[in-house]
This record gives sequence, C-alpha cells and structure tokens, in this order.
Amino acid sequence: MAVLPPGVSAVRFAAAVERFKDAVGADWVFTSDDDVHPYRDHFSYIKDQPNELIPSAAVGPDSVEQVQEIVRIANEFRIPLYSISTGKNFAYGGPSPNVRGSVVVDLKRMNRVLEVDAKRNFAVVEPGVSYIDLYNHIQERGLKVWIDTPDPGWGSPIGNSLDHGIGYTLGFYRDHFGAHCGMEVVLPSGEVMRTGMGALPESNSWHEYKHGFGPDPAGLFGQGNFGIVTKMGFRLMPQPEHWRNGLVSVPKRADFIALVEVVNYLTDLGLIGEPWYGSPLSALMENSDFTAAAFAFNEDKMDQLAAAAGLASFQVELQFYGSEGTTRAGWDYAQELITRKIPAAQFTAGESLPVPLTREQIASTTGPYPTRMRRNITQGVPGLGVWYQTSRTEFNPNSWNETHIGLFSLVGRSGEAVFQAQKDFAEISAIVGLPSVFPNATATPVNWYQHAFLMGNGFRAGGENTPEGKIKSAQLLRRILEENAKRGYGDYRAPPMLQDDVSDQYSFNNHVLRRFNETLKNAIDPNGIISPGRAGIWPVAYSALRGSLRS
Amino acid sequence: MRNRLKLPVLCTMVLAASTLQAQDVELGNTKFQHSCAPCHGKGPGDDGRALLPGTDALRVKYQGSQPALLEERTDLPADVLMVYLRKGSWSMPPFRKTELSDSEIRDIAAYLEFASSQSR
Repeated sequence: MAVLPPGVSAVRFAAAVERFKDAVGADWVFTSDDDVHPYRDHFSYIKDQPNELIPSAAVGPDSVEQVQEIVRIANEFRIPLYSISTGKNFAYGGPSPNVRGSVVVDLKRMNRVLEVDAKRNFAVVEPGVSYIDLYNHIQERGLKVWIDTPDPGWGSPIGNSLDHGIGYTLGFYRDHFGAHCGMEVVLPSGEVMRTGMGALPESNSWHEYKHGFGPDPAGLFGQGNFGIVTKMGFRLMPQPEHWRNGLVSVPKRADFIALVEVVNYLTDLGLIGEPWYGSPLSALMENSDFTAAAFAFNEDKMDQLAAAAGLASFQVELQFYGSEGTTRAGWDYAQELITRKIPAAQFTAGESLPVPLTREQIASTTGPYPTRMRRNITQGVPGLGVWYQTSRTEFNPNSWNETHIGLFSLVGRSGEAVFQAQKDFAEISAIVGLPSVFPNATATPVNWYQHAFLMGNGFRAGGENTPEGKIKSAQLLRRILEENAKRGYGDYRAPPMLQDDVSDQYSFNNHVLRRFNETLKNAIDPNGIISPGRAGIWPVAYSALRGSLRS
Repeated sequence: MRNRLKLPVLCTMVLAASTLQAQDVELGNTKFQHSCAPCHGKGPGDDGRALLPGTDALRVKYQGSQPALLEERTDLPADVLMVYLRKGSWSMPPFRKTELSDSEIRDIAAYLEFASSQSR
C-alpha cells in the first residue's frame, strides 16, 4: 500500500480494507501496487510525480447494497471515495480520483442492461454497461432503437452522461445528460434515492418524465460529488428508415454568418442531425500568402485567395434522419432556405441510404464528395476506431501521445461569435507563446450539443512527453484557461488536474455558484467522502486541498 | 461482432493444440471479440483508414516481422498477455481486474493460440 488516504493511518486503513473485503469479497478489493496501477490516469501530465492522483485502493461492488455498505464504511473511517463506471474517461482523467489516496469504487461489475423498451424508446442500465454492451444487447434482440455513442464506445452511458459527454446523431440525444430520464443514487448517507417519477413507488413512467414533482436534483450528479449513481434511464432514438447527407459550401468568409443562422434554424426545428462544419481553406495553410492573410484576419484577401484556388470559404455537412421522402424533403428545404440567404451557396447531394447501413456502407469513403463525417457514430454504432488519434501510426511511429487531453470552450452559436473566438484564441496563442496554427481564421466549431458551439482551445499545448515537458504543458494550459476566461470562454469539462482551474473561472458574484454547491455538499456529505474536489467542489473536510495540484 | 465462422469448428474439431480446452477457447473468443477486437480486430478503421488502430499500430511496430493481427500471433501466451494488459502498452491503457479477470486473460490466450493455429 504505497499511498494512504489523507489523514488516515496505515493501521486504520488496513482495518477499513478488511471491512471492504467483508462487504464485497476479498477478490474485489485491490490494494497491491500491481492491482492499483490500472487505476492511474494513463495520460496523466503528472505521472510519477509526488502529487500524481493515485488511489490507495479500489473496491468492485456488484450490487447497490454493496455500494451502500462501502459508503457506510467510508463514513466510519473518513476515507474519500471516487466512483467510476467503466473507467474509460481518458483525456479527462480516466479512472484516477481528484484526491490522491482515495479509494476508487469501481462499478464495472454492475454491468446489467436492466431494460430496453423499443416501443416507448428508452433503456435502463447499470454503470458498468458500455456503449458497446448496450449496442450489442439491442442488436442481438433485433430491437429497432438506436443509441447515441461518443467517439470511443468503451465508455458507459452513465459515466459519459454524468461528465456531460456527447454523441453525434439527432438533436437532444447528442446531449447525453440531457437525454437521461431518471436515476438511482446512493447518497453519502448510504440511503438510496430515485429522481423524477422514480420517487413515486408505483410509477410506471420513471424513464419518461424526468422532473417528477418539486425541484429535480438530478443535475447535482452531473460532474458532481453528491452521491454514487447506480442506475440511469436514457431516451433512445427510434431507428429511422432512411439517412442521407449533403454538403453545403459558401464562397465568402462573411457567408458563414448567414450559414450558421440557417443551420441553427434547421437544428432547432429538429430537421437535421449534427451539422459538421469545416473550412476547405485549411488546405491553404501551407501557402504563405494565405497564412499571412489568415493570421491577420484579412477577410478580403482570404476571399480573393479562396476564389483563386477555387475553394469555398466554409462548408457544412448536413444529415437527415427519417424516411426516404422526409429526408429528401429536408435536404430540398435546407437548400431553399440557404439559397434565400446565400444565393452563391453550392450544394452537393451526398448519399441516400436505407437504415441500418451495412458495415461496408459505414466504412465507405467513396461518396459523392470527400466527407469529414465519421459515419459509424452518426449511425449510433460504437467502436474504438477513433483511438488512432493517440496510437502508433505511420506518421507517429516512435512516441505516443501521452498528453491526450480534452479542453473545449463554449462559444456563442453564431458566425460572429465564431469569428471573434478565432481572433481571441489566436491572440491567446500569441500571449502564451504557442504557434498560431490551430486557432486561426479557418477554425470551425463543433455543434455537439444541440444548442451550443464548442471550440478546442489548448488541445495542442501538450506534446512534450518528458516529465518536465508535461509539467510545463500543464502550466501552459492553466495560462490558456485564464486568458480564455478573461474573454468569456469557459470549458465544459476537464480532467481532475485542471478542475480547480476551470471552476475558478465560473466566478460570477464572488463564486456564488461554487459556494452554493459547497453549502449543499457539506450538508449532504458532512464527512466529505464522495469524490471531494470533483468539479472544484471541496467539502470542509478536504478544503485544504483546493488548488494543491497547481504547484 | 463475434467471430461466428470459427464457432462451429470449435464445437466439433479436435483442437490442434492438445492442451487447449474447447470451452476456454470459446470463452476467450467471446471476450476477445468484446474487449480486444474493437481495436485489434480485422476490418477497416475510422476516417478512411485501412486498419483498426491497434492492428495498425502493431503493423507499424513490427514492419512485417510479426503479424499485425493478434489472432495470427503465436507468441502471446497468458503470461505475456498479462503483462501487456495489466501494465498497458503505448496508448493502450491497462485493464483492471474488474474488466478482465486473470482467468479471462488466460481464456483469451487460449483463443489466440487456437486462432493462430487456424490461420497458418
């Protein structure tokens, strides 16, 4: 036992471990260095440093009752817990806790798909169920419902939604927390609570009406530390009969503003799935004339060079789910609306395919135009193909990306806001001394959430794989986050290493939101045992650790 | 996802390697298809790539001196798999015992031994 929970002696911890063994069985309590090793963040910036977020142990319950008992023991021994579902939240800390020495509550063994209703369109799962598991469950039974999967499918619907993860199909299904409907939680007291209609013992609509009666505390459990979620319901998209896509290209930079307006309209009417924005001008970033114009945000010059190269300034790929007829009508309508506002817009019909797509159709790269769309995730098919971004490839044969991290800022959902963000991020890059390659005039937003844009900022700050290089990169990321906040950009998600930093930025009215959350935290979890420090929410018992990872 | 082509064979044939138990091989096949094949299986990768990321990584690593597909490898007994899976390798994170038990890793090794014997 190389690491102990803060403030707990070795003797006391050994006694707690024996109690954990009584609760879940000796085979499912892990204390040796070898067994604890997989609970470290494989992509940690502070790996092997004295402050690395290593747990003291892990326990693997198989039932709600065992989770309750673990929580009671942790209260008795004042041991901080950190719960994980499938533990695959890589780029956001993986299975590692916020507090070094915590005991990880590994819920992977609770891996039952409890219900899939393909007529009322919902599923109920335990935390250890992965997107791949849920997909396989549905396929093996021939059910006509879709999941909405994030890029890597080994994560869990519960874990991903609780960290406000996203997917790529239609409308609100993409917001995984927003698409949840009803949850069961083991509270810090050890009691079991159900939200929404689950609070009504005889209800048959738990997974259809999430609000129940009175205040709905479900939001506290998203990126929160108010309990351990043991079940969740999720709304599922009924399997459409048909899917088609199409490409819209606009010639001038200023056209992007009207393009976003129309796409917002189509999105908010529920007529399109996730729009995939891009700029063909990124192909000109090797051209010194163009880069000079792009870094200076010289719009006239960029338009002139785009026209000379025969390239559109921006594009968006639209996708439609429905029948053959409704998707065709949707594509026709999109063209009509966009032409009204941007007469010079160009349209290229994509593919028009019956659903479900075959494996070959999903993998096809021979459509009418080169697509940027990852078709497996737009079809709700989970996989791990995206992992090439971190792995050994022909282009990266000798060193893997140890600094894989996700930082994305919320940006207003308009062309004007995107243009401002491009300039702001380029300015921030200059201030912190990063090359102005990634944040530039061709950067486009992702529309993962139905009503929000996100833009990556800081993603490229990592890169040096040496221990010193990684610490330097972490400090650089902190500087970027500070500069972001000065300009009104906050991140939607962060690894434990940076959660205090992001939390600091949400400071309206002297951090009243955080003070509110911490007042609740101290009332609900007086010993502060559930994931202290998560999202910058520190209970009194561990408040001395706030910001301790910055040094 | 499951490699169904080999399952009928498993049920009826005398396994090439006499020490392999059919049940272990079948369990290992199921676990391999679930936990390993999404990265190390056959078939195309994302974004127009020819191979899945784990398969491509091993192709780049070995440059033909070893098969890129784990199911064609003859040098992955349980004790070797145990090291890679528990410690991680490059960008493949380590696997916890709640994800893959020691027994399941041994089953996967049995399946890989069987699968590689069929691919020769």
